[in-house]
Amino acid sequence: MTTLDVISPKRRSHGSVTLWAGLALVGLHIAIGLLTLVWTPYDPTGMSGGRLEAPSWLHWAGTDRLGRDFLTQIMVGSRIALIVGTGAVAIGAALGVTLGILAAFASKLLDDALAATLDILIAFPTLLIAMLVVAASDTANLASAIIAIGIALSAIVARLTRILVKRVLLMDFITAARTSGSSWPAIVFGHVLPNIWPTLSVNFALQFGLAVIAEASLSYLGLGAPPPNASWGRLLQEAQGTVYTAPIGAIAPGIALVSLVIGINLLADGLRDSIDPTRRAR
Amino acid sequence: MSALLDIAGLTIKTGTTTLVESLNLRIAPGERLGLIGESGSGKSLTAMAATGLLPPSIKATGSVTLAGQQIIGTPDHQLNRLRGTAVAVVFQEPLTALDPLMRIGRQIAGPLQRRAARDGNPLSGAALDKAIFDLMADVALPDPQRIAHAYPHEISGGQRQRVAIAMALACRPDLLIADEPTTALDVTTQAEILRLLDNLVRQRNMALLFISHDLPVVASIVDRVAVLRRGVIVETGPVAEIFARPQHDYTATLVAAAHAFDAALGEQP
Repeated sequence: MTTLDVISPKRRSHGSVTLWAGLALVGLHIAIGLLTLVWTPYDPTGMSGGRLEAPSWLHWAGTDRLGRDFLTQIMVGSRIALIVGTGAVAIGAALGVTLGILAAFASKLLDDALAATLDILIAFPTLLIAMLVVAASDTANLASAIIAIGIALSAIVARLTRILVKRVLLMDFITAARTSGSSWPAIVFGHVLPNIWPTLSVNFALQFGLAVIAEASLSYLGLGAPPPNASWGRLLQEAQGTVYTAPIGAIAPGIALVSLVIGINLLADGLRDSIDPTRRAR
Repeated sequence: MSALLDIAGLTIKTGTTTLVESLNLRIAPGERLGLIGESGSGKSLTAMAATGLLPPSIKATGSVTLAGQQIIGTPDHQLNRLRGTAVAVVFQEPLTALDPLMRIGRQIAGPLQRRAARDGNPLSGAALDKAIFDLMADVALPDPQRIAHAYPHEISGGQRQRVAIAMALACRPDLLIADEPTTALDVTTQAEILRLLDNLVRQRNMALLFISHDLPVVASIVDRVAVLRRGVIVETGPVAEIFARPQHDYTATLVAAAHAFDAALGEQP
C-alpha cells in the first residue's frame, strides 16, 4: 500500500463526519424554522406567563420581560435567520459572481477600477451599508437588512470570483477550448463556472454564516426586523438589561446563533471535500 | 495549389525582445510538415500565431493566412469561426488540456456538436452518443462506456492524449496542429500515439503541422521538416534530404544526435 492509500481513508471519513454534523445542525434549524410556520409552543408575540420566569416544564427557556415564551421566540428566530441568510447570500452571489466575471474579462483600466471599488466596499462596515439602505428605504425591516447584507457579501464574492476566473482562464484547457472554436460565453458557462463552483459554493456557505451573524448585529442595533419580530439579535438586545437576573435570555439566543453558524461552517468544510470530483477517493 | 497555411515574414515580439523573426512557412492541403527546434525556439508561439491565439502581451507582425483568411489583425470573433473548422490543436500535456471537472464523453461532445451545428445539422441524443463512441473507437480508446463517464484524472496519460486527439478530430479540421503531442508520454505510449496520429491524418487527408524537439519522432510522421532555432528557420526540406545532407550546423548536430541515439540502441534508422 502506498502512503496515499493509507492517508486518504482517514481524510475521507473526517470529511464526512464534518459534513454530517453540519447537516444535522443546519437541518435542525431548518426543521424548526419550517415547524414555526404551522406550530409554535405559544404565541410568539402574546403573553403566556409571568414576567421573567425561570425555565420550567411550561416554559423550557423561561419568559421574557413581557411574559412571552422565550423558546417560541428563539424558534421563530431560526426561521428569520435562515430567511435573511438565504436572501443575503442569493443577492451576494448573483451580484458578486456577475461583477467578478465582468472584472476578470474587463480591460486593465476597468478591472483596476472595479478592484478598487470592491476594496472600498469591503472596507465599508456592513452596519454602515445597512444604515444607508435604511435611510434610502425609510424603514428598517427584514428586506432592508437582507439587501444591506447582500451588498456587503457581494463585494467579497466578487473579489474571490475575479481571482478564481483569472486563474482558470490561464489554464491549458481554456486555450484548448479556444483553439477548437468555443465562444467566450460557452467557455464561461461550460468551463469557467464549473471549475470555480467548488470553491465558490464553499465560500457561499461561509458567507451564509456571516450573514446570520450580521443580521443578529443589525437587529441588535434596531436596524433589522422591527419588534415584535423575534430575531435573535433583538432577543439579545432585550435581554441585555436583565442579563444578571435572568441570564437565560441572553444564553438561549446565543446558543441558537452559535449552533447555526457552527453548523454552517462544518457543512462548508464537508462540502469542499465532497463537491470536487478530483478530491474524491480515486 | 494554394497553401492551406501560409506564413510570410512572421515576426513575434514581446516588448523589445524578438521571439520569432521573419518566419516563412507554407503547408499545402493534406501536406505534413514538421517544425523542430529546442525549447524556447518559438515553435509553439508560431503554432499559436497560426490560430490567432497569442497572449495579449505578445505582438505578431507579418502575414499568416489560414484557409484564405488573414489571421493577424483580424477580430477574434471572426477567427473563432476558423478555429475548430479550418484548424484544431493537440497539446503537449493532456492532463491540463482537458477540463478536470468535465466527464470525458461530455468533453468530446463539445467540439462534435459545435462542428455539426456549424455545418447546419445539429447533433444530439442517440446520434451524438453514437458519434462520441465512433470517435472513441477511432482513437482506440478501450472500454468506452467507462471512459466516457470518467473524469480526466481517472484515466491514463496515453488515454488522455487519445481523448485530446478525438476532440481535435471531432472538429474535422483541414489542418491539425500537434504541439509536442508525445513529449509528456512514456516511450511505448509515444510510439502508439504517433502511429495513431499517422493513420488518422492519412485516412482523413488532413494537413499536419507537427511540432517537436525530437528529430526522429518528427521524421517518422511528416514529409517535410523546418528547423527552427532561436526564432529563425535555419533549414527546410524533405525529411530524407535533411537526414542525409543537413546543410546547417545546428541541423547536423540534431541528425548526429539522432544517429548516436539509434546506434546506442543498436538499431538502424
